[in-house]
Amino acid sequence: MSDTQAVIEVRALYKIFGARASDARKMMDKGVARSEILKKTGCTPAVVDATFSIAKRETFVIMGLSGSGKSTLLRLLNRLIEPTSGEVFVDGEDISHLGTTDLRAIRRKKFSMVFQHFGLLPHRNVLENIGFGLEVQGVDEETRRMKAMEAVQVVGLDGYESSAVHELSGGMQQRVGLARALATDPEILLMDEAFSALDPLIRTQMQDELIELQARLHKTVVFITHDLDEALKLGDRIAIMKDGVIDQVGTPEAILTEPATDYVRAFVENVDRSKVLTASSVMKRTPTVSTHKDGPHQAVRTMEHEDHSSVFVVDQDRKFLGVVTLDDALKESKKGGRSLEAILRRDVPTVGLAAYLREVVPLASETNLPIPVVKEDGVLAGIVTRAALLSALSSEGDESG
Amino acid sequence: MTFHIGPYFETFINWMRTTFSGFFDALGALLDFSITTFENVFGYAHPFAMILIMSFLAWWLCGWKKWGLAVFSLLGFTLIYLMELWSHTMLTLALVMASTLLALLIGVPVGIYAGRSERAERVVRPILDFMQTMPAFVYLIPAVLIFSLGKVPGAMATVIFAMPPCVRLTTLGLRQVPKDVLEASEAFGATPYQQLVKVQLPMALPSILAGVNQTIMLALSMVVIAAMIGAGGLGGQVLRGITQLRIGLGFESGIAIVILAMYLDRITHALGSRSARMQKKG
Repeated sequence: MSDTQAVIEVRALYKIFGARASDARKMMDKGVARSEILKKTGCTPAVVDATFSIAKRETFVIMGLSGSGKSTLLRLLNRLIEPTSGEVFVDGEDISHLGTTDLRAIRRKKFSMVFQHFGLLPHRNVLENIGFGLEVQGVDEETRRMKAMEAVQVVGLDGYESSAVHELSGGMQQRVGLARALATDPEILLMDEAFSALDPLIRTQMQDELIELQARLHKTVVFITHDLDEALKLGDRIAIMKDGVIDQVGTPEAILTEPATDYVRAFVENVDRSKVLTASSVMKRTPTVSTHKDGPHQAVRTMEHEDHSSVFVVDQDRKFLGVVTLDDALKESKKGGRSLEAILRRDVPTVGLAAYLREVVPLASETNLPIPVVKEDGVLAGIVTRAALLSALSSEGDESG
Repeated sequence: MTFHIGPYFETFINWMRTTFSGFFDALGALLDFSITTFENVFGYAHPFAMILIMSFLAWWLCGWKKWGLAVFSLLGFTLIYLMELWSHTMLTLALVMASTLLALLIGVPVGIYAGRSERAERVVRPILDFMQTMPAFVYLIPAVLIFSLGKVPGAMATVIFAMPPCVRLTTLGLRQVPKDVLEASEAFGATPYQQLVKVQLPMALPSILAGVNQTIMLALSMVVIAAMIGAGGLGGQVLRGITQLRIGLGFESGIAIVILAMYLDRITHALGSRSARMQKKG
């Protein structure tokens, strides 16, 4: 059914809360307005026509404000909440019609969940909490202990194994929650506002650790948040939800540069774009001169044609060498020089394709020249001009694309 | 025009008595057996030995550093012994223990059921309200009709009177378990039984123990009232004090009841805080 890469595939998923959900569902098909449905049936649609798929090893963030239906959507994925209609495929298997035993088996083997308020058992110590998922599966105590200890190491809780959970700080408690989720070695981690209850500093730290963890463990992560910065930081792709509807699914850059709806546009307006946009998204192609065939004369012609005061120089493999200014090229040309080597300035700072704009800004402030963007193999990919930089960082800056 | 529901109730009780006579006989025999057993156990040792055991139990449960209750029970029970109320006190204690035991055996499971099912709670709640607001004396009448006079109907009335707080507090304890903890256990694939045993009951334990405490206290107060139908014990002494206008005897019996009540309350309280401590230690 589904393509091989998709771990979770959601099709036309609806969840309507209320006693008359099926009536409300029919009214929605007829296009009746939300408020009208609420008035007539007393039902609130929490998730409306959600269709998306989540690839293996992807960190998929579902973002929305409170009441947007994001937590409901997450719980539809492991059927903690029963959908009103629609399908959820996990590894190609439709879980919408599974019986309780099969559903339980899927929850045990494929899913793990991390909760905003941790959901730990206060009468158990750290290690017993972490082993809970395995205990439920009927794993023997020795194995449980071993796997729980491994998880303890992964999240950095060494030395706290026999502490009572209420003695730990919020950040530490959430590490226990994370370790409990990892101990069963699930394919999919469902994280429901996992860091929202933490202090800002701890939160940033946990985010960094999650990214690091992801780089090692390669789980499929579905992360819920109401914080756009968190979404942009963690997500490979982001789904933005409003009133139960997914407004847009896309990479952080796509969300920022091509907001699909006014809601998304308004949402991303105040984001610190320099942390999200990369050099590759704002760079432009630039004419170059090449040392193996062009001389100072050609360089002057190129600059005059482009109305630039400098031009970047590459070798015959288009590998970046440096820059030549108009003044130098004119002088050399008058002297009758034939080669660019003599006037080539090599001490030009460059950035990589994946460099975030916040790394580019300080370089741009130190030089009048555009910043060259260089691929990993040294080939010049393009340049970032100050104008492009400014327009990309300003909130309405869509012209850079 | 008048209308009485009393006769219908009478008919109902009589019908119950004849229809379920086998069940009531068995229940009566069971209660009788457990009261006698408790009586024998409490009467087995010499009063002084019992006093020492009870004081020691208090010392152990409260923690070795808190010896106040141990001293209190040592002095209190010695006083009871000196007032020649020892055997009455032990009978009262036996009645309390037997009825509490039965009340818990019924109350905790009902409380668990009501704690896990909204529908069950909707049914159980008005019944509990009824049981708790009906004057205690009224229970004595059907108890006499079904079990005749003596300890057994007294204990039976006590069971009915003392059960509600146990049910309520068990239900409350289960309902107080945070939703996200329940959700977590469900998300990890716990079966309903695993959820009950590994999550709900351990977390509800302090509340359940508070219910046990309340049940014991109510049982004690009812056991005294049950003396009116011949249950005997300290209540019987109070009743003699009233009917024969013997102020001294009534007062002494009252003091003995207070001592026993305080002892039982503090003991179960200590049991509760002990389990709470254990829970925190993990």
